[in-house]
Amino acid sequence: MQPPRLSTPILLLTPAIIVLCAVVALPLLLSLYSSFTGFRLIRPESIWLWINFRNYQNVLTDSVFWVAFGRTVLLLTLALNLEMLLGLGLALLIERATHGQRVLRTLLMFPMMFSPILVGFQFKFMFNDNVGLINNALQSLGITQTPIPWLIDGGLAFFAILVAEIWSSTSVFAILILAGLLAMPREPLEAAKVDGCTPWQSFRYVTWPFVMPFAYIAMTIRSLDVARAYDIVKIMTDGGPARRTELLWTLVGRTAYSDGKMGLANAMGYVSILLSIVFTVYFYRKLAAARAQIAAEW
Amino acid sequence: MERNLASRRWSRLAHLGRLAGLTLAMLFICLPGAWIVISAMRPTVEIMAKPPVWIPHELSFQAFISMFGVVGQGGVPVFAYFRNSLIISLTSTVVAIAIGMSGGYAFARFRFRGKAALFLGLMLTRTVPGIALSLPLFIIYARLGILDTHFALILTYVALNVPFTIWLIDGFFRQVPKDLAEAAQIDGCTRWQAFWRVEFPLAGPGIASSGIFAFLTSWNEFALASQITRSVASKTLPVGLLDYTSEFTIDWRGMCALAVIMIAPALTLTFIIQKHLVSGLTFGAVKG
Repeated sequence: MQPPRLSTPILLLTPAIIVLCAVVALPLLLSLYSSFTGFRLIRPESIWLWINFRNYQNVLTDSVFWVAFGRTVLLLTLALNLEMLLGLGLALLIERATHGQRVLRTLLMFPMMFSPILVGFQFKFMFNDNVGLINNALQSLGITQTPIPWLIDGGLAFFAILVAEIWSSTSVFAILILAGLLAMPREPLEAAKVDGCTPWQSFRYVTWPFVMPFAYIAMTIRSLDVARAYDIVKIMTDGGPARRTELLWTLVGRTAYSDGKMGLANAMGYVSILLSIVFTVYFYRKLAAARAQIAAEW
Repeated sequence: MERNLASRRWSRLAHLGRLAGLTLAMLFICLPGAWIVISAMRPTVEIMAKPPVWIPHELSFQAFISMFGVVGQGGVPVFAYFRNSLIISLTSTVVAIAIGMSGGYAFARFRFRGKAALFLGLMLTRTVPGIALSLPLFIIYARLGILDTHFALILTYVALNVPFTIWLIDGFFRQVPKDLAEAAQIDGCTRWQAFWRVEFPLAGPGIASSGIFAFLTSWNEFALASQITRSVASKTLPVGLLDYTSEFTIDWRGMCALAVIMIAPALTLTFIIQKHLVSGLTFGAVKG
């Protein structure tokens, strides 16, 4: 008797599938199950306590959760849009630079290699109300006399986190869009100029459609990793002061490990997973559409 | 004549504007890192000084020396963390590359049913936020008794790296023309030989850079490591950095020095791969 033959590509993919099932898919099934139980860390036997949708009920009626959820979406929307705009601007500036382009590109890579926890630490240091670079500079310049409580005031802390987030990710956009700009053929731009387009028009109707897929690649890559804002927030404010910078992910961590309510945290975790998947699939489809359009037009 | 002059003046103004914009952006990018490096080398008194001292009076490597001392700075065993980070990152990278090469080759060279769906599925596993994934992993690893071991983190990081590695390597293999391997097979190579002698060397630099990318992901990861590791036995550098902040008084200089140690390998490696990384990510952007 012959064993059933798997086709070569499936065979080649088997190790990847096995690892991902073992470390991602199966654990996610477990967490789906435990989100329907009253599992608490201190009482291991409570994992068998089936409580139906009560965790989800608690989560969805909890105002703390919804505030954190709203703040997370706000942070992501602001950060992704600003990163895209700034990245595009930076790429255009570098493309027009007459010399030193390679040095500039290398400098651009700089924030990409910082681990998010380092980015968080770095800005925690810069925004520190007592020894931070920013307050020191503001005071030396005489703009303010009293130190500004950057990480203590809720709104200012949100701003500081946004700055850290933008610092760490703008270059992903800039680098990929720059790659697009450099790959663009010259003729259409010259043709547009001859036909009397203003710089804005030739950007809007020639450059931008060409560069768009590159921007969406950056968006897709970035959205694969949106949750790394957790690291930044964890070290900068840890969701504080008094939960004023709490994001979905810090809330999940706190509920699970500090409060020990694993079941409830898993229910929240599922909401955060759905959020990530929605962001990724959205940009992935945009990417596919932009690709199809460019393939048809160029 | 008049108009000519005006337009020339205008273009010079635009040029200056662009220059200013670039300088400002580059300052914003470089300043925070540079400030960390400087702070790691100046005495604590200067960091805390009011009014601030802008130009360092003396620079020393004291913070680095005391960090790698016997007990470590402030009781944080930096050397052990560094060793853990290195072992975990290297091992998980090697395994992830092996798995990613076989998977990436399958995507680049074969047509099969459900290919697009499988690819998207693989990518989606990467979107699961670390902290959400850490909950079930914590439960399972605790039950298996492998919490706080190198093995647990290595396994986790392999899974974390495989999807992206497959994406990158798929792109690099597609850049190698199919005809080359076919020609080798006509000349009498087996498919296996054709792969190792022709396609692998050509895609080699790309694969190496995906490896470095995987290494960096493991080296920098925090959300999972902070829950799966408990003690000196397996804590990595990012978790160690948080140790410093949770202490009662923050030792800014020590933390800056630790930050420099974390960033130095990453910095070196990224400069090596920068060219390949961009081409790998953007390949297929236009050609589909």
